[in-house]
Amino acid sequence: MNFYPEFEVVRNDSRCVRCRVCERQCANEVHWYDEDGKILLSDESKCVNCQRCVSLCPTRALKIVKSDCRLRENANYSDQTIKEIYRQAETGGVLLSSMGNPNPLPVYWDKILINASQVTNPPIDPLREPMETKVFLGKKPEKISRNEDGTLNTELPPQLSLTMPVMFSAMSYGSISYNAHASLARAAEKLGIYYNTGEGGLHEDFYRFGKNTIVQVASGRFGVHKDYLEAGAAIEIKMGQGAKPGIGGHLPGTKAVGDVSKTRMIPEGSDAISPAPHHDIYSIEDLRQLVFSLKEATEYRLPVIVKVAAVHNIAAIASGIARSGADIIAIDGFRGGTGAAPTRIRDNVGIPIELALAAVDKRLRDEGIRNNVSIVCGGSIRSASDVVKAIALGADACYVATAACLAMGCHLCRSCHTGKCNWGIATQRPDLVKRLNPEIGYKRLVNLMDAWRHEIKELMGGMGINSIEALRGNRLMLRGVGLTEKELEILGIGHAGE
Amino acid sequence: MKRIFVKEEWCLGCHLCEYNCAFANSGLTDMVKALKDKKIYPRVRVETDEDGITYAVSCRHCTNPLCVKSCIAGALSIQDGVIQIDHNKCVGCLTCVLVCPHGAVVEDEKGIAQKCELCMKNSCGAPACVAGCPNGAIVYEERE
Repeated sequence: MNFYPEFEVVRNDSRCVRCRVCERQCANEVHWYDEDGKILLSDESKCVNCQRCVSLCPTRALKIVKSDCRLRENANYSDQTIKEIYRQAETGGVLLSSMGNPNPLPVYWDKILINASQVTNPPIDPLREPMETKVFLGKKPEKISRNEDGTLNTELPPQLSLTMPVMFSAMSYGSISYNAHASLARAAEKLGIYYNTGEGGLHEDFYRFGKNTIVQVASGRFGVHKDYLEAGAAIEIKMGQGAKPGIGGHLPGTKAVGDVSKTRMIPEGSDAISPAPHHDIYSIEDLRQLVFSLKEATEYRLPVIVKVAAVHNIAAIASGIARSGADIIAIDGFRGGTGAAPTRIRDNVGIPIELALAAVDKRLRDEGIRNNVSIVCGGSIRSASDVVKAIALGADACYVATAACLAMGCHLCRSCHTGKCNWGIATQRPDLVKRLNPEIGYKRLVNLMDAWRHEIKELMGGMGINSIEALRGNRLMLRGVGLTEKELEILGIGHAGE
Repeated sequence: MKRIFVKEEWCLGCHLCEYNCAFANSGLTDMVKALKDKKIYPRVRVETDEDGITYAVSCRHCTNPLCVKSCIAGALSIQDGVIQIDHNKCVGCLTCVLVCPHGAVVEDEKGIAQKCELCMKNSCGAPACVAGCPNGAIVYEERE
């Protein structure tokens, strides 16, 4: 069945100078030059609206607009719903999507407002006063004792030290390109934070960034070996992912080429299928075994992170993880991104990170085990204010990936699963990978995080808080707007005006 | 002295440098007016080799330039390290085009020689190809 294309390529021919950059830069082959008519033509049905052509057109002769030609939709059957049914009727297949859940479900960050000091307590000017954004992630001892000379007499569990409460979350080498990993690794090193390998192993070129790397162990165990574990600053056990809770992963064989297959330790061209469960983990006790196996393998030098998707029983699950010996819990909300996930799962499974985070922090505090673990939250942290709100709800730090991809050039066209990323990020095609120059990519990542750090300091200063530690779990600094009693209760915050 | 260097590793073969060059040297303020329906004569050209590797070729501003030595009209000269061409003196013999080992001197639309002058004579003030390269494949920097 043919549909009118989703997007229209609008070319202002009076501005087009026939430089053909659009034609050369489109991996989807939308544009072509007609020698006879000396004109550029386009096949809009191939366009994914990544706007590479728009961005590079030197005369602004191009724009991409959403087509207004819709099927006869109604409030129940939208144009998209109908087309998805047609597509499935044609192919018999599961629908695939990329990036985070796009549906208009509530974004609680946008319904939470931050406090500021007025009259009775002074705000702090971060340009004049020292402001601490450094955080340590890991198990905190119940108490510390000191020797007579003041030195510490308590052995501290391993900690990750971050200059600001943000890290780049897991994106595997394979799902994203070598140059994207190079950009993230260099940026993490420059910023004094961490990036995460995802489940794809660590390319040998990036071992030198090990002190800023979190190495992941997921259900497929791809690329896991002793040197890999020892190369990182922390090990993350991935139990689940916010975009696709309850299922594994699938890197198509077409992406498992060259160094990707070598790094994953799988044959070239073979599909890399991560199972839904870890086949050796069916209980908290089993998880504990893996946590301690990994600690044993790395001589208890590295903190172990357990990453789970935010699902209905997240508080109880987190309570179990906090008792498993893990040092850090990472919770990934339902808006988290992905390189590919079944559409139905991405759009319908999991819960919002804000509610999950608040529930987990409260549960761990109620049970007196909050200091057993640090909490990292992810799943669409879009800005410095999201970070501040997350910290105030109880997180120790945030994971960002979509924002990091955007900094590297991603235009959220949500077509990662096609492997033809025009911005050189979610692709393994050499001609496309080279479009992301890490020299540029890493600087943009550093700029973004520098900007966020300034904003975090300004927001903290406004509240009269000069240390991120004093903001953590400080829910009095938050108020909700337009939320129900129940939502406020779970978030543990008052309504604006209260 | 700052010179233009090419990092072919990052060249995407998009040819934008050629258009930015042609526009920068057109003397006009609007790219559409400068380039629309015209054959362009850029001073930088993207070459593609048999392996599909692309790189932008423009004048290296050699310290011992053959083009200057070979110019019969005295149109080519070195000023502050930049090899410049005086279009009023050029007689269009194109010997410089023949002798340049890099293929960086080319014929302009009037049939006389033209070459990259690092955008020093136009309103850009710094190489337009460098500023417009989307992937940092052409750089303008001081090197030993």
